[in-house]
Amino acid sequence: MAKLNQPKAASERSSRKRGRRHPFATFALIAIGLGLTGGVYAAATAVPAAASAETTASSQADVDAGQKLFQANCATCHGLSAEGTDSAPSLIGVGAAAVDFQVGTGRMPMAMDGPQAQEKTPQFTDKETKQLAAYVASLAPGPSIPASEYTDGKGDAAEGAELFRINCAMCHNVAGAGGALTEGKYAPALKGVTGTHIYEAMVTGPQNMPVFNDQNITPQQKADIITYLDYIQKNPSPGGFALGDLGPVAEGLFLWIFGLGSIVALAVWITAKAN
Amino acid sequence: MSTSTDTPRLKRTGFTAAAANYLDERTSISAVVKEFGRKIFPDHWSFLLGEVALYSFVVILITGTFLTFFFQASMAEVVYNGSWVPLKGIEMSSALQSTLHITFDVRGGLLVRQIHHWAALLFVASIGLHMMRIFFTGAFRKPRELNWVIGFLLFVLAIAEGFTGYSLPDDLLSGNGLRIIDGLIKGLPLVGTWISFLLFGGEFPGTAIVGRLYTLHILLLPAMVLAFIALHLVFVVVHKHTQYAGPGRTQQNVVGYPILPVYAAKAGGFFFVVFGVIVLIASLFTINPIWEYGPYDPSPVSAGTQPDWYVGFADGMLRLIPPHWEFEWLGRTWSFNIIVPVLILVIFLALAALYPFIEAWVTGDKREHHIADRPRNNATRTAIGAAGVVFYADMWAAASGDLIATHFKLSIESVTHTMQLALIFGPIIAYFVTKRICIALQKKDRSLALHGYESGRIVRLPGGEYIEVHQPISEYDRWRLVSQESYAPLMLRPDSRGRITMSQRLRAALSRWFYEDRLTPLTQTEIEAAAHHGHGDAQPELEEAGPQH
Repeated sequence: MAKLNQPKAASERSSRKRGRRHPFATFALIAIGLGLTGGVYAAATAVPAAASAETTASSQADVDAGQKLFQANCATCHGLSAEGTDSAPSLIGVGAAAVDFQVGTGRMPMAMDGPQAQEKTPQFTDKETKQLAAYVASLAPGPSIPASEYTDGKGDAAEGAELFRINCAMCHNVAGAGGALTEGKYAPALKGVTGTHIYEAMVTGPQNMPVFNDQNITPQQKADIITYLDYIQKNPSPGGFALGDLGPVAEGLFLWIFGLGSIVALAVWITAKAN
Repeated sequence: MSTSTDTPRLKRTGFTAAAANYLDERTSISAVVKEFGRKIFPDHWSFLLGEVALYSFVVILITGTFLTFFFQASMAEVVYNGSWVPLKGIEMSSALQSTLHITFDVRGGLLVRQIHHWAALLFVASIGLHMMRIFFTGAFRKPRELNWVIGFLLFVLAIAEGFTGYSLPDDLLSGNGLRIIDGLIKGLPLVGTWISFLLFGGEFPGTAIVGRLYTLHILLLPAMVLAFIALHLVFVVVHKHTQYAGPGRTQQNVVGYPILPVYAAKAGGFFFVVFGVIVLIASLFTINPIWEYGPYDPSPVSAGTQPDWYVGFADGMLRLIPPHWEFEWLGRTWSFNIIVPVLILVIFLALAALYPFIEAWVTGDKREHHIADRPRNNATRTAIGAAGVVFYADMWAAASGDLIATHFKLSIESVTHTMQLALIFGPIIAYFVTKRICIALQKKDRSLALHGYESGRIVRLPGGEYIEVHQPISEYDRWRLVSQESYAPLMLRPDSRGRITMSQRLRAALSRWFYEDRLTPLTQTEIEAAAHHGHGDAQPELEEAGPQH
């Protein structure tokens, strides 16, 4: 799925011919092999852990306030201790990022049942959202709210654009204009969505979205994607009005209604009899 | 209106006269000017639709020439290093790189690209509207059947021109379009794979296709379009233009303005009007933002990937076919999900191309027709046309099913299923509704011609009766209302050997279907009788009399 992020052809086969038949060569080889494997594994798992964008832990007071908010507003569906019910999933282990995304974009609490939760004006203040997030995060470890260095759009836009086309565009459209999914579900447009929410969506996979974890798309690559989306929002289409970035359908509709419409109107005008 | 003016005597000395005389003595061009300059064109907005197509083609030629100065039709891989930041350092083909270069680094390049593309959309759209005008007014009847076929070929060529152009930049969208074409070709039984490999020079996408499409796009197809346009226009001159019925207009004359000076000025001005509208649109509205699509790569497909509108009907037909129509038989895969839509499209287009011949055969009408029908006066043809338009529009709309689903908050399955049903029932409903509306409009016309229009003045007669006073319409208006062709269903007669063949039966059945429900046109006697009679009692009657009744 993700663009391959291994360094290019790192196969260094430095052939040591001299000591090859030494009695300890086998042991040395195994030792080196084990050392390398372990080292690389440690490095590979350590990088995301180190890089995964943590914000500071929240206080116990926040957790308590969050728990009260949760029990008042969320427990009906998600259960008194977020263990889940028949109508809603368990929230144990979804992490602060999931709460910040779902509540921060107004998707939760849900206004009504439907193919998927819809975005609306958030019901909670930013502070309350953070308290809810702190409470859910305190239940079990999970993805946390990303640090601003990954969400402020200071990455590589070209890299992000390519990653976006490969990983995201099939649902969200190349320009982030959104698209249809099955049975009334849809991938929403990404215009006006904050970098933090985009990051959180990638790590938590809300609604029908798959999870893009840190092995799949590294935090830096996520930052690149956010940078690209930020770029196309801040730099409007060089060609003029973008017609919703919907591609040939919007262009065709425009041409038939306004293009051909105005041409026909002008033709009527030209051939009209003078009174 | 079409009075012949005296050609000015060449006695006058002056540069223009001298130059004209110089030219004429060497080229005998005065004969041509005399012939063409006095050619008459009737004036009606719907007669300008073909001109819109012609003018947008001229705009396409002009801007296309500019684009060829900078475009590289090569799939050689390069690294982009131009002005558009989100593509910097990305590998792409030379074709996309040069298109981006035109867009961002050639002065006026983006505007010219957008003019070219918008003009292309307008070109095909105006051809479509022009075809509808010809169809619904019956302007394809003898002697113009062949010109209809030429026009149809131009429509197909225009689509081919559009599609090859759409595929040239080698961006993600155009590559996905080509992939669908590749799939369509490969789905054809026996020959599909061979044709695909021949076209792409190996496995899709290969490295040859952009170069080949470029040759088609700028050389072969435009040459054919130009040749057919020339032929099309020669026929327009040979046949003379059709006109709508009106006082003084007959099958033998054309009432309108001569080319020189009036029509040439009007048409010349209209060229700039069309050009102006295209440039206005192109300077304000983005089209085909290749910088968003990025280079073609076979793995990503963006949501909302659609062809330009004129290929939409084919794309929509593919989307409308239910799943699981593919099976293996005799060690081969039979992709009926491809074969069936291709067949439907071919049959639909063939019917459109051959319709003039079908109607001529059904009516058995061998006369020339230079007076365009009012659509209502040939109810069955208009109803068939409406059914065809609905069928086409449904396929076309189906190509945007995903966007309809998201924008109207529907599920994509229900959109698709609705359109599948509408593909079958829509044309049938459209046929009957249109036919009834046409007949109703004929009745209204007949009542207007006989009894005049309702004046809104209510009068109480001495006996206590209330009537609304009807005012008679003018002679000119009445002429338009009563000059109507009428066909009766063909009589089934034995031929010289006393037999009635199957084709005769078929023809009679079709003819009955065409003309069974109709209003007989008013006779002069009826009109005069009504005029003397004042307000009338004779309600229009629907004649139900087929020959057998």
